[in-house]
Amino acid sequence: MKKILGKLSNALKRSREGIFSKIRDVLKRGKVSNEDIEEIEELLILSDVGVDMAEELTNELKERLRENKMASPLEVLKEIMKEKLRDGDMNGNITHSKPHVILIVGVNGVGKTTVAAKLAKKYMDEGKSVLLGAADTFRAAAIDQLKIWGERVGVEVIAHRPGADAGAVAYDTVKAAMARGIDVVIIDTAGRLHTKHNLVEELKKISRVIRKVKPSSPEEVLLVLDATTGQNAIKQARIFKESVGVNGLIVTKLDGTAKGGTIFGIKKELDIPVKFIGVGEGIDDLESFDADEFVDAMFEGNLHE
Amino acid sequence: MFESLQKKLLDVIRNVRGMGKITDKNVKDIVRQIKLSLLEADVNYKVVKAITDNILEKARGTNVLNSITPAQQFVKIVYDELVSMLGSKEAELRLIRRPSPIMLVGLQGSGKTTTAAKLALLLKEEGKRTMLVAADIYRPAAIEQLKILGEEIGVKVFSENNKDVMDICKEAMREAKDSLVDAVIFDTAGRLHIDEDMMRELENVKRLIEPDERLLVVDAMTGQDAVNVAMEFDKRLDISGIILSKLDGDARGGAALSMRYVTGKPVKFIGISEKIEGGLERFYPDRIASRILNMGDVVTLVEKAQRVMDKQTAAEFEKHLTHSKLTLQDFLDQLKEIKKMGGISSLVDLIPGDFKRGLKASSVDESQLKRIEAIINSMTPEERRNTRILNASRKKRIARGSGTTVADVNRLLSQYEQTMSMMKKFVKGGKRFKGIRLPF
Ligand SMILES: Nc1nc2c(ncn2[C@@H]2O[C@H](COP(=O)(O)OP(=O)(O)OP(=O)(O)O)[C@@H](O)[C@H]2O)c(=O)[nH]1
Ligand SMILES: [Mg+2]
Repeated sequence: MKKILGKLSNALKRSREGIFSKIRDVLKRGKVSNEDIEEIEELLILSDVGVDMAEELTNELKERLRENKMASPLEVLKEIMKEKLRDGDMNGNITHSKPHVILIVGVNGVGKTTVAAKLAKKYMDEGKSVLLGAADTFRAAAIDQLKIWGERVGVEVIAHRPGADAGAVAYDTVKAAMARGIDVVIIDTAGRLHTKHNLVEELKKISRVIRKVKPSSPEEVLLVLDATTGQNAIKQARIFKESVGVNGLIVTKLDGTAKGGTIFGIKKELDIPVKFIGVGEGIDDLESFDADEFVDAMFEGNLHE
Repeated sequence: MFESLQKKLLDVIRNVRGMGKITDKNVKDIVRQIKLSLLEADVNYKVVKAITDNILEKARGTNVLNSITPAQQFVKIVYDELVSMLGSKEAELRLIRRPSPIMLVGLQGSGKTTTAAKLALLLKEEGKRTMLVAADIYRPAAIEQLKILGEEIGVKVFSENNKDVMDICKEAMREAKDSLVDAVIFDTAGRLHIDEDMMRELENVKRLIEPDERLLVVDAMTGQDAVNVAMEFDKRLDISGIILSKLDGDARGGAALSMRYVTGKPVKFIGISEKIEGGLERFYPDRIASRILNMGDVVTLVEKAQRVMDKQTAAEFEKHLTHSKLTLQDFLDQLKEIKKMGGISSLVDLIPGDFKRGLKASSVDESQLKRIEAIINSMTPEERRNTRILNASRKKRIARGSGTTVADVNRLLSQYEQTMSMMKKFVKGGKRFKGIRLPF
């Protein structure tokens, strides 16, 4: 945990130096004035939480400070934010009926293929057997990309030819995994905008097809979101959830300066929890998500700066 | 959202009227609604503040609240402000040297590789000898991806395995010179703007190849962080323009405004499809402004309300004509507007005499509009821009796609050409025309 916190803080260092360190400074001034609240609201909006969520957070902050005059404003805000992101059971617990099938979905370029590889590595490290499925048969060289990752990680990749039917790839992958008693199957899919009806239908089909091999699958549908994305992320989450039943988020590129504030709204509106975060391009740059750690890391003091 | 912005403004304004005078509070409410709508579109908060200040000033100056249609007027002021901030006209590529190096840069996953291929195809279709350079040596299979795309569009891809980026770029330039290429497009690796080593690499590449264009490719879905990204890339590379990718989704594209505002650099192209062919279009500020305000076609609405068309558009249209650059795309846009405004017959009256005769001569009736629209819709953006490339097989495809015949396609083309020459004469004749947006 400590190690993760260190790494995450490092990844979120920019956040500290920017928006959240400013929030911290505002809240450390002592009594919180209306102008302070406005300033915090503005700073929260700059982290992509959206106007409604920014208001909700600051209203709750005001209320709790009114109720408890002795409380530390910064700690109160942090607690509110943590509560919004906390989730009962999560963290990618693997089911017992093999294989545990994970479908990776999302719009173009968010980091799906990299996430698929990182997850494969994570489960390998935990001693599980893993099989990757290259169901992005559309984008040029997408199959090669996953194969290169597979080689680096030491995981076999099931693939067909470019342009082949994505459902068939998924089917073969799950089938092979069943036959070999593999623990975890991770299927990389082509990037698709949630607005493209036929492509979303294709995703539904993939899901249907693998159910023919294993009725309880896919055990997880993970939506990959780019932390850089603004309010459109909520639309993405809504449509992917409605169509293929997303049950977890992976937020990538948190090593940049974007804060990924959209996850607050997505949790609230759609009740989809974050499961992992991507904090770099390296194979190990994937962290399990923990709401408390995440918010702490966002605000982590600049003691050493 | 447009409806709701307008409705909210109406509510606010009704209150203002009821009280008989404008108070600071009323104005604040109006500004707040505008702010919310811009923030919802991902315009950066700081930029939103600056915009609303300007808008407020203009609104005060034009006595908006006393007009008959205050809400529309307000929306129009916001819209005009956005258009002018976005650059008010499309920006061209400036390819000066020969070969002319073009460098594409941006964050990971922003769409550089696809955009590089799209741009190469556009240039190729303009008759330029074009070469692509695979300068992303980091992402697995990035080189392979560009090679596949290059093959698909028939553009040479320069790549070298196991060499460093500087060597690749140096050799690519030499190769481009040797083979008398007109334009060389460098597809660089995606990188974070705060990654010091990787940003330095770009600076070095820039120094080496001295690119005419340094284009920042940014995902249209980008949120508040767009300003940080754009400012840093601009600071390091003095970018010459922005390409907004993935606009075929439902992102409102507020990032375009934010980036333009903080860098002053124009958006030059937009990505509108995963496909290479027809996947890249010129950027029109007015379209993005409508999109940011999420109001479909504000121009139509506002103008319909006003029953006059604004002079600026007419002047721009005139300029279009003098440079004979009225494309079928423009034509299609006009048709759509006409349809929305109640059909062509309702507009004929607005047209000055000389020109009305021309209109009759080409005899476009309402039912024909549909067919014309279908035909143009079946053309690729490039074909709409440049009808000269329409050979027999393309025409056949278009006819098939639009459920018409090749004869229909030919008829449209000859009408279009007639109109073009007629309008050129018209403009050359020095006659001013106001409020004309009708090509036929
Ligand atoms: N900085 C950073 N880069 C990342 C992260 N995750 C992925 N990337 C990079 O983002 C780029 C796109 O990643 P991909 O995994 O190819 O994305 P994708 O969603 O599979 O893309 P498509 O299949 O083309 O839709 C690559 O350059 C990755 O190295 C992250 O957490 N941080
Ligand atoms: Mg991929």
